[in-house]
This record gives sequence, C-alpha cells and structure tokens, in this order.
Amino acid sequence: MTADSTTNGNATDSAAQTSAGSVNTGLAQMLKGGVIMDVVTPEQAKIAEDAGAVAVMALERVPADIRATGGLARMSDPELITGIIDTVSVPVMAKARIGHFVEAQMLQHLQVDYIDESEVLSPADYVHHINKSKFTVPFVCGATNLGEALRRITEGASMIRSKGEAGTGDVSEAMKHIRTINSEIANLTAMSEDELFVAAKELQAPYDLVKQVAADGRLPVVLFVAGGVATPADAAMMMQLGADGVFVGSGIFKSGNPQERAAAIVKATTHYDDPAVITEVSRGLGEAMVGLNVADLPAPHRLAERGW
Amino acid sequence: MNPAPVIGVLALQGAVAEHQRALHAVGATTRLVRRPAELENLDGLVVPGGESTAMARLAASTNLMPAIREHHEQGMAVFGTCAGLILLANDVADEAGLQGFDRIGGLDVAVRRNAYGAQLDSFEEQLEVRGLEAPMTAVFIRAPIIEQVLSDDVEVLAEARGTAAAVCQGNLVATSFHPELTEDTGLHRLFAEIAESRRSRRRPALSP
Repeated sequence: MTADSTTNGNATDSAAQTSAGSVNTGLAQMLKGGVIMDVVTPEQAKIAEDAGAVAVMALERVPADIRATGGLARMSDPELITGIIDTVSVPVMAKARIGHFVEAQMLQHLQVDYIDESEVLSPADYVHHINKSKFTVPFVCGATNLGEALRRITEGASMIRSKGEAGTGDVSEAMKHIRTINSEIANLTAMSEDELFVAAKELQAPYDLVKQVAADGRLPVVLFVAGGVATPADAAMMMQLGADGVFVGSGIFKSGNPQERAAAIVKATTHYDDPAVITEVSRGLGEAMVGLNVADLPAPHRLAERGW
Repeated sequence: MNPAPVIGVLALQGAVAEHQRALHAVGATTRLVRRPAELENLDGLVVPGGESTAMARLAASTNLMPAIREHHEQGMAVFGTCAGLILLANDVADEAGLQGFDRIGGLDVAVRRNAYGAQLDSFEEQLEVRGLEAPMTAVFIRAPIIEQVLSDDVEVLAEARGTAAAVCQGNLVATSFHPELTEDTGLHRLFAEIAESRRSRRRPALSP
C-alpha cells in the first residue's frame, strides 16, 4: 500500500470505502456495549481478549506511564503493533499523534482495524487534525464537547470517544464530557429550525450535520467514553449516562489484579443497569489503579485540552 | 388477527439497537435478553453482530448458550448475523479464541472467523437473496466465511464471492453480513414470518 501522490492519505475506489463509509461506522456499531482495553504487550492483549474485550488498543505505554515518564509520546513501534495483531482475533486499534498523517499512513499499512487520533500522544500539529476522509481505515477521535465531536466527524472520524482525563483513574472528567455532549445534543433537539443556523455557528460545525443531530437526538456515529474509567462501577455509570461503550486505559493493567478487573469491567458494562451484578463483580477485586485527582494536575499536563 | 411475534435480541454486546429497529419495522415486539429467564415464551431470538469471543464469555457465567439451545429445541427460531452465525455454526475452523466456551450450535455449516482479513478488507456488495424480491445491500465487516455446508438440510439463501453468505436450516437463519445496518428489512421480515409460523404450530391459537 503506497500513499496517494496527491494527498496525505490513500486513494480509495468508492465513497463506500472511504474512512467514514458504512463498513467503518458499522465496525464501531459492532463494538457497542463492549470494553476496549489498552495493552502494551501481546501477553496483555491475550489477557484482554480472554477477559471479553471487544477490541484492544496497542500502545507502548499506558497513559499513566506516559504521565510518569514525561517527555514526548509518539506512535508505537510497528513491531509491537504487528505482534499484537498476530496474537488476538478481536479488532486491534493503535494511536497516531493528532495531525500526524504519516503515522496514520503507517498504521493503515500495518492493517490495524481502527486508528485513534489521540490527545494521549503529543500533538504533531497544533492547528490541523488529520484529514481522515483520505484514508480507508476507520478513525476514532476524542471530544470534550459536541462541537469538537462534529468537527472530527466532518474530518472523517467514524467513531467518537469522549476524552475524560487519561491516565488518572479520576472519572470526573469523563463524566463532565459525556454530560456536556448529551446536554448539547438535548438542547439541539429542542431548537426550532431557525435557531439551528446560529447553533451551528456557535458549535463551529457544519449546518447539515447539526441539523441531522437535532433530528436524530444523537451523534451519527457511535459514542464511547474514555479517560479515567477504573472500576466496574465507573464503566456502568458511563453506560447509564448513554455511552455506547467504554475505553479502559491504565485502569486495568495498572491495577492489582488485571485479569479479574478486566472481566469485571466487561460484565459491569453489559449489565450496567443491574446493581446486583455490578456489586458481585466488584467483590474482592483488589487494588484499583492508584489515582490522580484531575484538579491537582497543572494545566499543561491535562491531556483533554489537546485537540480543538 | 395474530398478535405480533415476540422476538428477543441477545443484548450482551454488539448491534442490538439496530436489530430492534429492524424488527419493529416489520411489526415484531422485541425483548432484550441477557439472562436465561428472559428467553421464556419467545417466538424467536436474534443473535446480533459483535465480537463472538466477548459474547461467549459474557454468556458463560449464566449458562445462557445452553439455555438458548434448549429453547431452540423447543421451537424458538434463531437468527444469527456475523458473530451470531459463528455462535450458531456446528463447526468453527479457527476456534482458538472460543475454546472452552459454550456456543449455541445447531446449524450444519463450517465457518472461519475473520476470514476476509482485517478491517481494510471489509466490503459492501449487492446480493440476490432467495425469498426476497429485490437485491439487498450486504455489509461485510471482518466477516466470517461459510467454508462448507455440512448437511442437505441447509438451504443457501445467498452467495457472495463464491461462498454461501446467507443460510437457513429449519427455523435457524444466519448471515455472514449485517442486514441490521441497512434500511432493507427483507431478511427480518422473513425471520419474523418463520418465528410466527413456528409459534402457531407450537401453541395453536384458541378458537374464538
């Protein structure tokens, strides 16, 4: 697979096969109700799959370690990604830096199933995101509010995850972002057609997309929650707030008993409205990851503020 | 007039809402199924697309797969799409991720998981389906292939790229693609009819 000479992505044959086509938004639909787990080795990927993860996110360091180590974070070594692809049968996702379209080309070449253009890595471009519509492989992108989500969808994202604050184990930012997106969607549905023009301007998103969200009462793509989910109860709460599924990053492999915790979060995500199940799977689970209060993080260390 | 068939949608994970929407469009009543008790008195059950490994694990703690098998033996129709096909197939070529976990079984086909390749190889195709008037758009997403039909009882309803893509055996229906992702509800209508006819055989309507 070679890069198209006129674009920063790859040429595609038909509209149906561009990044936001139905096979790509469709794959996200197949992940609904599931848990996507960060893994840094093929062994962890296997543990995640065995626990019932619907997909794994292959990366070199989980967000908690990126915080601890400091410095820049980039796309993972292709060797690591290939090793994980060869180990599991569930879809494999991998992260490219915001705006780093060559990392994205490499990930597409490696045949990952989804690219996460992620604020967890250091941004490569502080103005532009990747033009995702130029790729065949699907993209998931982070958002803290509806306008940001709609801008990413316009660029070709076929799945959105609310950002939360990765690597903290503090669920409060994930809560803030999903509630913000939900209430902004609810506001749109209550508006008259006349008001939607101004709403589009304020959301800094295309009018047609805003109109569609107002009519449907939901995003046109699947919405997962990420960033700070560390317990079965956290995951279930996100599902009760209307998330289509959850990403768990540091929360699993930075905990005392990853295998059991992973399976417990998977069960709590399916049975999110059943306190009996959530309680049962939480029993004797051992240490959750050591958390960081988002309020204590100095502003430059807040990942959710990356991306625009 | 017959009341609408009651069709469950296995709601462990996957494209649950999409199947509900399609079933409502063909006039069925739906119920989400996460536990064996929720299978009682269903005319049919849809096993949606998703990750078969995740579903098999989530079902294990409540023995949901054997419970589905028992209800099917007593007449409940089952419609499996993609992951649902894998869970219905009697033979799965690359079982690794599913080993040690119960599946539903009952459909005499051999399938191979993710047989078309990675997401980059996912595709859409127009298919002629037996029993449906117009061709339908079939969306294949990291789809399994039906490598072999193992019994004459299996009727092939549609083929794609040289292999069976939609099959029917008694009151089991399965596709390697995702009819729930398009507006075409032809296969859901077909399934609702199968579920309904079985019900009238199982529980004859009281005479007025």
